[in-house]
Amino acid sequence: MLNSFLSMKGIDKSFGKVNALKKAEFHLKKGEVHALLGVNGAGKSTLMKVLSGVYEQDMGEILLEGRKIRIRSPKIAKDLGIFCVYQEVDTAIVLELSVAENILLDSIVAGTNMFISKKKLNSEARKALKQLQAEDIPVEKPAFMLSLAEKQLVLIARALISSAKIIIFDEPTAPLSLLESTKLFSVIKKLKANGVGCIFISHRLPEVFEICDRITVMGEGTLVGTYNTSETNQEEIIEAMLGTSYHNDFPVRTHALGNVLLHVKDISRGEKVRNISFKVSEGEIVGIVGLVGAGKTELAKTLFGYSPHTEGSIEILGNTLKLKHPNDAIKAGMALIPEERRKEGLFVQETLQTNASFPNLQNFSRFLFMNKRKEKSFAKVIIERLQIKTNSTEKPLVHLSGGNQQKVAIGKWTSLDSVLYLFDEPTKGVDIGAKTDIYRMIREFAEKGKGCLYFSSEIHEVLGISDRILIMYDGQIVKELSRKEATQERILLYASGGKEQ
Amino acid sequence: MQAVVKNNKLQERAVNFLFKFGAIALLICIIIYFSSISDAFFTYANFTDILRSISIVTLLALGVTFTLVVGGFDLSVGSTMSLSTVVTASLMVWYEMPIWLVLILPIIVGVLVGLVNSFLIVIIGIPDLLATLSTMYIVAGFHRTYTEGYSIYNNMPLTSGETAPGQFSEAFLWIGQGRLLGLPVPVWVMLILVVIAYIVLNHTRWGRILYMTGGNEEAATLSGVNTRKVKFIAYTISGVFASLAGILFTARVGSGQIDAGTPLLMEAVAAVFVGYSVLGIGKPNALGTFFGAAVIGILLNGLTILNLPYYAFDIIKGTVLVLALAVTYVYAKKRFTRA
Repeated sequence: MLNSFLSMKGIDKSFGKVNALKKAEFHLKKGEVHALLGVNGAGKSTLMKVLSGVYEQDMGEILLEGRKIRIRSPKIAKDLGIFCVYQEVDTAIVLELSVAENILLDSIVAGTNMFISKKKLNSEARKALKQLQAEDIPVEKPAFMLSLAEKQLVLIARALISSAKIIIFDEPTAPLSLLESTKLFSVIKKLKANGVGCIFISHRLPEVFEICDRITVMGEGTLVGTYNTSETNQEEIIEAMLGTSYHNDFPVRTHALGNVLLHVKDISRGEKVRNISFKVSEGEIVGIVGLVGAGKTELAKTLFGYSPHTEGSIEILGNTLKLKHPNDAIKAGMALIPEERRKEGLFVQETLQTNASFPNLQNFSRFLFMNKRKEKSFAKVIIERLQIKTNSTEKPLVHLSGGNQQKVAIGKWTSLDSVLYLFDEPTKGVDIGAKTDIYRMIREFAEKGKGCLYFSSEIHEVLGISDRILIMYDGQIVKELSRKEATQERILLYASGGKEQ
Repeated sequence: MQAVVKNNKLQERAVNFLFKFGAIALLICIIIYFSSISDAFFTYANFTDILRSISIVTLLALGVTFTLVVGGFDLSVGSTMSLSTVVTASLMVWYEMPIWLVLILPIIVGVLVGLVNSFLIVIIGIPDLLATLSTMYIVAGFHRTYTEGYSIYNNMPLTSGETAPGQFSEAFLWIGQGRLLGLPVPVWVMLILVVIAYIVLNHTRWGRILYMTGGNEEAATLSGVNTRKVKFIAYTISGVFASLAGILFTARVGSGQIDAGTPLLMEAVAAVFVGYSVLGIGKPNALGTFFGAAVIGILLNGLTILNLPYYAFDIIKGTVLVLALAVTYVYAKKRFTRA
């Protein structure tokens, strides 16, 4: 440990009452590729933000080449040679400028010369790209014409020009194709050979094992362990990521399943929904689990007609649907509780009763005229039934807590008597009490013979509520597990692109 | 510490009060002030006069209200009204058309402008302000080209050297100049349309869909609303209201003035934003728009009685708009941060 190039020791960071990091540790050797892994909320991003100067730690110290350093701002981090290649490359690239100008952006901004020599700029940029074996990118090309992979290379070249010592790659392969990823890996190997320390954050285990020398696993804001890649395997890493197993206190289904309700045959839409087939029966809760970015939300929106499928077919109770607009899905008996409830599910400035009646205005109006009394009484019914904590049906939803808002987003569909409910991350930002209520609600729907699809990246939740689990990875369903077969370890393995031997 | 909290509370309450009752308080102040300096102000005759003078602006403003409800904006209403004015006049004076056609064709023109606006905004995807700014100029150009820059009046000389054959019919002029049950006809037209707009927006399914589309387009789509269609309809309604204003204006002055609608755009927009905050509703609404038009109408009427030069009026109108916007946005920010 003493000869570490970079050492982060005992790092604490809290936001309000939430402790994002508790005595977190991370050590990087010179010229190694080091993976940083952990489930959502494990503290990876926060730790990297401390390292790149976005946040300053509350406690703990950072040593670079044996010297104690304080990284108070992103600028200081850059001056120290710590660079970050974010997943959203567009936030760091100026699209209107040329490749060369983008590569030398930092020195242009910091420079004291009034005038910039285009020639010198281009030749320096070319030199940097050559080091990355990316001479095929023309330096005078405007950045908006580049592909995502090329933009990443530009960012890496920018880091190189400023003599980077450490480069953080935050899920760099998520938007890349297989070929582009392979190319990126050879660039990373080149950087490694040049003595640059690379920190590699990824959800994809196979590539972590392919490219990284060591793996550090974080959990709940602290260090779980650091492993040499050659001495460990995927199972061990997954166990480390999951930590202590959650206690499974969800009840088992007692009612029988009905007919096949939803039959999805080989549907595709873009990169994120590819050749997906599955069935849902009446009264069944099917969990669709995958890591962030696996395509769950896209699948939900495709099923709901928001971004209609381009291939394949969707049947409900044997009828093939023509889905062009969410309205078609609603007519066919579907209801979607979207992930971003404030943005997509609710009218937060409006009252509870206006929200509750909206998907089914026909039911709450005579001819054209709204029947406000009927709206109010329905609002009272769902407040009662879903135990929404509010004292008035006329209160705008902004004043309600996240959990209560979510209950409205679910309750508003109940006047339609839908047959199939799609829940996209329904417990996101919801307190534990409301969570329990939401689970109960979903189970009630199932007992009444409705079909439920539960999209989530919270593995233990899916495991608890589902009768059957489909695992998504990279836009595809890679595995189906029954409730009996499923364990957190197996789900995480498949969700990270792994396979059982 | 406690003093600060108290102060903040006081401030918040003041903002809330201003938002809810500011416009009404302003109106009462204006009425009291003008009544105290002029005997001619607070009379039945003067108030029917004010109502008549605001009837055209109110129609324009109702159109703008519909576009604001769906989260858009329409700057082209003034030009559309101008176009409708000269089309109406030309149909009577140049072509001697029967009155039903004179009333229907300009409305179709309004529908067309509305459709062009919606096409640019909804299909092409140009931001509403820029799209309607462009159509504002295009439509203005059309109406001047159509009349070759002249206003249209009874038996006007034509560029061909002849005299125009037609005249404005009595029946048509009655729409703008007649009286019914003690009120001018334009006032009836305005009141009826305000009530219809109010009922549609506040008490029907359509109104609900319009408001929800403006409130959160994505959520409305995911609730099954075809938001593109809704926006198309809103801009078309706006075009229709503008053309109705043009017809009313022609009948009121008995000629087809060019550029009739241009100066009314700002008044209409100001009316909508004054109306935004009336009684703390906090969104565009028909009754508020009427109220806003009334505030501006009364203000201008009083200033006329005071003999203020007409070229200074824009300063007043602009100030009222700024005040209304300031109150609206300060309140919106407050509401947003609390959420």
